[in-house]
Amino acid sequence: MTRELWKGNEAIAESALRAGLEAYFGYPITPQTELLEYLARKMPEMKRVFIQAESEVAAINMVYGAAAGGARVMSSSSSPGVSLMQEGLSYIAASEVPVVLVDIMRGGPGLGNIAPTQADYFQLTKGGGHGDYHPIVLAPATVQEAADLTYEAFDLAEKYRCIVIVAADGNIGQMMEPAELPAPRQIDKRDRGWELTGAVGRERRIITSLYMQPEDLEQVNVRLQGKQKQIEQNEVRYQEYLLDDAEYAVIAFGTAARVALTAVKWARAKGIRVGLFRPISLFPFPYARVAELSKKVRALLVVEMNAGQMLEDVRLAARDALPISFFGKMGGTVPFPDDVLPEIEKMVG
Amino acid sequence: MLAKNMQVVYKMPDALTDVVTHYCPGCTHGVIHRLIGEVIDELGIREKTIGVAPVGCSVFAYNYFDTDFAEAAHGRAPAMATGLKRVHPDRVVFTYHGDGDLAAIGTAEIIHAAARGENITVFFVNNAVYGMTGGQMAPTTLPGMTTTSSPRGRDVELQGFPLHMAEMLAQMPGASYIVRRSVHDPGHINQTRKAIKAALKVQLNQAGFSLVEILSNCPTNWGMSAMESMNFLKEQMVPFYPLGDYRIADAVKSLIVK
Ligand SMILES: Cc1ncc(C[n+]2csc(CCOP(=O)(O)OP(=O)(O)O)c2C)c(N)n1
Repeated sequence: MTRELWKGNEAIAESALRAGLEAYFGYPITPQTELLEYLARKMPEMKRVFIQAESEVAAINMVYGAAAGGARVMSSSSSPGVSLMQEGLSYIAASEVPVVLVDIMRGGPGLGNIAPTQADYFQLTKGGGHGDYHPIVLAPATVQEAADLTYEAFDLAEKYRCIVIVAADGNIGQMMEPAELPAPRQIDKRDRGWELTGAVGRERRIITSLYMQPEDLEQVNVRLQGKQKQIEQNEVRYQEYLLDDAEYAVIAFGTAARVALTAVKWARAKGIRVGLFRPISLFPFPYARVAELSKKVRALLVVEMNAGQMLEDVRLAARDALPISFFGKMGGTVPFPDDVLPEIEKMVG
Repeated sequence: MLAKNMQVVYKMPDALTDVVTHYCPGCTHGVIHRLIGEVIDELGIREKTIGVAPVGCSVFAYNYFDTDFAEAAHGRAPAMATGLKRVHPDRVVFTYHGDGDLAAIGTAEIIHAAARGENITVFFVNNAVYGMTGGQMAPTTLPGMTTTSSPRGRDVELQGFPLHMAEMLAQMPGASYIVRRSVHDPGHINQTRKAIKAALKVQLNQAGFSLVEILSNCPTNWGMSAMESMNFLKEQMVPFYPLGDYRIADAVKSLIVK
């Protein structure tokens, strides 16, 4: 494979095609639009399904239909569009069809702006729609990682019959970096026993999320929660930098983690024994590893491009074991290493 | 076993399951289900048919059709059916919904499915009321008609005018077959059956979007006996929502048996 210069949105789109994406339904919204435009160019010539829907509401329900039909399917959007999709996502979670969604996060609340933020953390990791469920949420920090996680997202969605969201801030969608995209692959089209294909010589199948008897719906929830436990056991991902001998740690994901890493290296150069912990799976959140870390170091600094959303999960993991400080940038302003270094120094005291 | 020289002239369609439905006594959903079931049998498409029914009284349709079936969110059946049909273009995909669903919360989805000429068939049951939630005003509630959310009768100055969906959708170049029928008596039931067959044949011929609006009753929420509701259907609904063929594209004319 070759290393090429890729724009994040296009790398994600191409990676999805190589992963075997059969159908895409989406609606334009900045800073995600190049993803849709790339697929609009490529999919018809590959004889795959591309529809620009009339809204994100329609898009996610088209995705639901195609997924119910057993296809490898995805949508992409940015924050306000993802808000509109939440009812559909809840139905998808309940009826256990595999779906991949990409959220290229922008500024909010409201129409906000088109600048990069990480302010959809709550919406994405805590369920988002009604009822008890969590999608798997993966947060890339580079274009390379965005491509790799997108490729893998389809396998995870199918393995657990769940929603997998690739949560990248607008920075990652918009910037260009060298990346080596995964190889195209054939997908296995065996009948999996649940998809709607027409009841040819078999019993009919039903895809529904409606269970009028509370006891029946309770059982469905018990099953969904069981699956979630499995996901929490198997799918935690994170990366550690300079933590072996660290006395202090910074915790950040996505673009904020890249910025924080530079600041961490500068702090090291000044003799501060600090490292970086970068969650890659935001759900399942690496609670256990953060708990261990919080017993090892003296203090934590959480850096995010929001008002402190992942911070709540870090606090849950660390309990009151150590002081936790927070540095956040909101509204689409991006932190610089110069902003983070003083925060590290403050933590050290 | 049938005795010699006897033949079956009437039976449960294979495309329906043999269960008791949840529909209220006197409601015409059962009649419409049966018509669709009979036509699916006649066309021999039970095994290639996938149904989609959203929230509304027909949300349990998946219990009654012996075909693959999906339950959709309120208003989103045309979108869900689009996804299914696009990944299974050789299957027959139909939706079955009420007026609140199709003409209020799902207006955008139905118009754009028609605009795309989506090759699906829509059965639109217009009973002028939100049945499942207990009889609130629907977009198709007649002027002056009393419902639980228009207790003094629908005042069009305050609550807006009813939507004529067949007429609206007939404006879309992507739509191939748009008709309105009623099920208030045997003659009209037969007409409805023919339209259901024509609509499915449009889809089988890859000829684009087809929709049959079916005027229906709701004795429970109209507060009427079954007979009274049939009369209301005939005397009030039909004059306000004229029956007829609103769009029959040239390409599908030959498929229609009068
Ligand atoms: C998003 C959403 N809003 C509201 C409802 C509640 N609801 C269920 S059925 C229904 C009305 C359906 O009326 P109609 O489409 O006319 O069908 P009918 O019940 O008359 O067959 C409503 C409002 C819902 N399930 N989902």
